[in-house]
Amino acid sequence: MLKIDNLQAEIGGTRILNGLSLEVNAGEVHAIMGPNGAGKSTLAYVLGGRPGYEVTGGSVEFMGRDLLEMEPHERAAAGLFLGFQYPVEIPGVSNVQFLREALNAQRQVRGEEPLSGGDFLRLAKEKAGLLKLDMDMLKRHVNVGFSGGEKKRAEMVQMGILDPQFAVLDETDSGLDIDALRVVGEGINAIMRAPEKGVLLITHYQRLLDYVKPDYVHILSKGRIVKTGGPELALRLEEEGYEAVAA
Amino acid sequence: MNALTALPTRKDEAWRYSAVEALKGADLDAWRVIDVPAGESYRECLTIEDSESTELRRLRVSVGEGGRCELFAVIAAGKLGRIEVEVRLAKGTHFELGGVTLGGRDTVREFVTRVIHAEPEATSNQVIRSVHWGKGTGNFLGQIDVVRDAQKTDAAQSFKGLLLEKGASVNAVPQLEIFADDVKCAHGASVGQLDETARFYMAARGLSPELSRRLLVQAFIGDAFVALDDEAERERLMGIALAKLDLHL
Repeated sequence: MLKIDNLQAEIGGTRILNGLSLEVNAGEVHAIMGPNGAGKSTLAYVLGGRPGYEVTGGSVEFMGRDLLEMEPHERAAAGLFLGFQYPVEIPGVSNVQFLREALNAQRQVRGEEPLSGGDFLRLAKEKAGLLKLDMDMLKRHVNVGFSGGEKKRAEMVQMGILDPQFAVLDETDSGLDIDALRVVGEGINAIMRAPEKGVLLITHYQRLLDYVKPDYVHILSKGRIVKTGGPELALRLEEEGYEAVAA
Repeated sequence: MNALTALPTRKDEAWRYSAVEALKGADLDAWRVIDVPAGESYRECLTIEDSESTELRRLRVSVGEGGRCELFAVIAAGKLGRIEVEVRLAKGTHFELGGVTLGGRDTVREFVTRVIHAEPEATSNQVIRSVHWGKGTGNFLGQIDVVRDAQKTDAAQSFKGLLLEKGASVNAVPQLEIFADDVKCAHGASVGQLDETARFYMAARGLSPELSRRLLVQAFIGDAFVALDDEAERERLMGIALAKLDLHL
């Protein structure tokens, strides 16, 4: 589904990704863990196509297409969702308006009919309920005045509404208290655990993986995958630390 | 009036950033007078949306005791599009102005206001948002006079400029002359560009660069019509402004 081969990328001339290779098949959840500065967020942004993140080598194939050739909004329409570590505030634009326009823009690219206002609100209500986010929050401006935890839950509501094929979730667990972590974890399972979907979960900690059981765990260090294993690898990391396990 | 009234030059403070060369043939004496009787409310929405050359609207407003005047405007056409408002506020009145300028090429679109707090306890609020591209210019020259006896005046002015392309510019000139001592006068001005972080976030959700720009501009100019308590009118003004943007970008 997602095939990353020998990916190299830099920001402002500084090399961050050093030949990263990774393949995620449909139906799989992969977790990427790694110390600060390993390149985890850079990987997420490169996959999303953020300006300023320059790919200098390697390739990324997404559902049979060259991902790196696509504009960021085309990647979204093709079914890629990027969950932000720091969701962005957009004053003056309500969540409902933002998400309806986004969903309909994606549907248009895919040759589907736009969703009516009523149908959209029903969908939004259902997904907000899944993440236990008050529907009134969705009438407010995008992420403005949201707490850290609310932003992350709103991010998952967005994912539920847009219903992507593949999600790259960049530290979706950071800033969540224990209850919110469970809600978000269960939300990810409900939205993304399907035979035709895939997830790349970027995290610092093992605790999210208690709720979203990964099929594979990768350790990223200095811009490349240095170790791959099953869920037990995350537990070992938690006990022994990156240095001991990745060495 | 002398028919040969000299045209203003940029040395005149109120025309400092204007396209004075586009004034030839314009009727500079055409002031429209609006008298709002005591205790009454008046609202008008003005638009400059299809003039090719020069379009001036000059209003001289006086608001009687306890009255209220609200003006909302979009300037989106003309080599020079200019709305000039002079308001005299009596005791306990309110004046509201929400204005938007948009334009590209080498156009100038501007609001020039003079709000005279002539008696105590009047309030005024002016919100101007300017969106320009190409070599377009947006101006807000806002003068507030608070006379000596106009205690408890509360006057506010907010200007924000959004430059969509290099080469566009905005000018804000707040001018406050305050001769009373128990007053509140606030003014703020800022200039910026589209938030690229927000645009990437929006792209990551599937919005094309054109759509994200439109949404952000819509949010930006929306400030000017927050006080307009008529949804249909608000949407009409927003529609005129956004249509202009769609046409040129």
